[in-house]
Amino acid sequence: MASARDDQPRLTRRTLLKTAAAGALALGMPAIVRAQPDAIRIGHITPRTGFLGQLGEYGLNAAQMAVDETNTAGGVLGRKVELIAEDSVNPGVAVTKVQKLVERDKVLCLVGEISSASALAIAEQANRYKVLYINSGANSDELRGKNCNRFMFHVEGCNTMYTKTIGQWQKSKNLIKGAKWYMLTADYAFGHDLFRVSSRFLTENGGSVVANDMVPTNTPDYSAYILKIRQAKPDFVYINLAGADQTTFLKQYKEYGLPIPLAGGVMDTVPFWGAGIDSLSGHWQSLWYHGLTVPASQAFTKRYSDKHGKPPDNQAWGDYVAVKILLQAMAETKSTEAAKWVPYFEKGATFDILKGRKGSFRNWDHQLLQEMYVVKVKDKKDAKDKWDIFELVQTVPAANESFEVIQPTRQENPCTLA
Amino acid sequence: MPAFVILEHMANGLLVGAYYIVLALGLSLIFSLGGVVNLAHGAFYALGAYLAYEIQRRLGFAGAMVLSPLGVALIGVGIERLFIRRFYREDPGLALLFTFGLAMAAEQSLRLIWGATGLPFGIPEALRGQVFLGDFIYSRYRIAVLAVSAAAVTGCWLLLNKTSFGLVVRAGTRDPEMVRALGIALSPILTAIFALGVGLAGLAGVMSAPLAGVHPAMGTEILVAAFVIVVIGGLGSFWGVVWAGLIVGVVRGLTVLFYPPAAEASMYALMVLVLLVRPRGLMGERFERFE
Repeated sequence: MASARDDQPRLTRRTLLKTAAAGALALGMPAIVRAQPDAIRIGHITPRTGFLGQLGEYGLNAAQMAVDETNTAGGVLGRKVELIAEDSVNPGVAVTKVQKLVERDKVLCLVGEISSASALAIAEQANRYKVLYINSGANSDELRGKNCNRFMFHVEGCNTMYTKTIGQWQKSKNLIKGAKWYMLTADYAFGHDLFRVSSRFLTENGGSVVANDMVPTNTPDYSAYILKIRQAKPDFVYINLAGADQTTFLKQYKEYGLPIPLAGGVMDTVPFWGAGIDSLSGHWQSLWYHGLTVPASQAFTKRYSDKHGKPPDNQAWGDYVAVKILLQAMAETKSTEAAKWVPYFEKGATFDILKGRKGSFRNWDHQLLQEMYVVKVKDKKDAKDKWDIFELVQTVPAANESFEVIQPTRQENPCTLA
Repeated sequence: MPAFVILEHMANGLLVGAYYIVLALGLSLIFSLGGVVNLAHGAFYALGAYLAYEIQRRLGFAGAMVLSPLGVALIGVGIERLFIRRFYREDPGLALLFTFGLAMAAEQSLRLIWGATGLPFGIPEALRGQVFLGDFIYSRYRIAVLAVSAAAVTGCWLLLNKTSFGLVVRAGTRDPEMVRALGIALSPILTAIFALGVGLAGLAGVMSAPLAGVHPAMGTEILVAAFVIVVIGGLGSFWGVVWAGLIVGVVRGLTVLFYPPAAEASMYALMVLVLLVRPRGLMGERFERFE
């Protein structure tokens, strides 16, 4: 029973007040900037507070950058582009924010989100309004599976892609067959989904899960879990955690110095930067990393770093690419209507996504097919600065392989686009 | 389930409870004497961590441990003189609203100054590593946290029970009108207590930085736990807070061991249980002014 527990705020007077205040602000704030009416408006909606807020900040910066670059180059279809940004907070607030963006700001499409629970809420609204939504940061397979819809596309990789990327590598190193894994899982929609796919991959390949502990989000202390892991003596520890929870766990795992190797179902760069290279170890999977040597990727990294004084993370990449894809769709279809973009995407249009190979959407579940990477934590002496934490080990799938190698199959992903 | 596993988790829970106590003690002091529900307590905790981050880069962790709580206490003096003192004789709801606003403003300020991304904050070299006692494992850093917490709690107890300052504080907690009638000025005492309270929050922030990292929302997350401990312990009771902190730590540890999904909820369940049996908390006293 997967429950979306992450965003049910604890019922304290504080959260009540907070939600009320946020709601009042959201509904009552007059739009300060009255742009020229002929601008093309894109709604950006992502969490900028809470345990995913750190990532949201990067996403917004990058989305804004994509818009600014387009405007400098003369806009799209001869019109300026404008980004209207909202903090999605949680699924409940996200719904009102989408309504506001669509009904009041008249946005033509939506980009963003990181929380899988909120993304689902946004997707339902987008479908109702027939507004295109590109999910740039939520990972749950279910968004591409039983909850998929015609108007939602995914630049972010799904949980299965992350799992299979690291899984294929582990398989090639004989780390799975007969191995006992101890899992820690974030107790909300994303974590439940990730546990489902990561434990499935493991057992299909001859490994076993000795224990899985559900962990409430925002857990400040993991010592009790680490003691349990030590008693259980598994071959591997596998974390299905996200955001700040990843940072906290990584730090405390290092603190106890257990000799058991660590892996995880997803890897976001920001929490790993937050933990610092001293607290990191092992091999991880990455959707995009600023150390990638593709020229377009390095140029993007340089532009972002010059503007913000620090390199972009994978979330910045996701929002940047999502906005760029939207703008390309507008230019190529010469249309501002979602009904025209959907077939354009489904017919296999290709996009430069700052990676070795171009990306395109899979027509039956709207997942962006793309390369992912296995990365290894650097030796501290080789790190140039505090952001330089990984070296690239390999690209998955390899250049001669099909993208489908890491994708969920039709059986694994029951999507029917109505 | 061998007995020593349960024991290990209980002992570990005591360690976790230790820095909860430091945090909750400050909250309890400010409330007991001034009647102010300080919703900005978590913000001072976060501020302690951020100041520690800046001081550590220049003077090392030991310097941060001493200077950061002092810095937070000084800022506390300023805030108390400018704002908090206006609320002592008002409806508690007003102070609640003010400190709530202060907490939000503080969190956004941290975001503006240091950015939204967490800052890496490693465990100091000297305290890295583990200590093994038979089959028990402890992190050296956590033992240091326990020692500092114990010292802070002892210091507070001595201050409140063995000095004339403490005598005035205890009297002021019971009956502020009578203290004033005796010609003792409560105002500087209230300032000192607010500074001490938020200074303790700052100290807890410094101690948690190497464990949980430094990020803008850290104060919000910990605040609820501090309140729960104060409520379980009972208002106005020094030992109530200490016991409650330890019990919450142990209960949380055991919940993780037996039923991890309820780790977060265990604290609230405990609070409900305690309040059902003892409406004023474990060792709470009867306060004329709040009842």
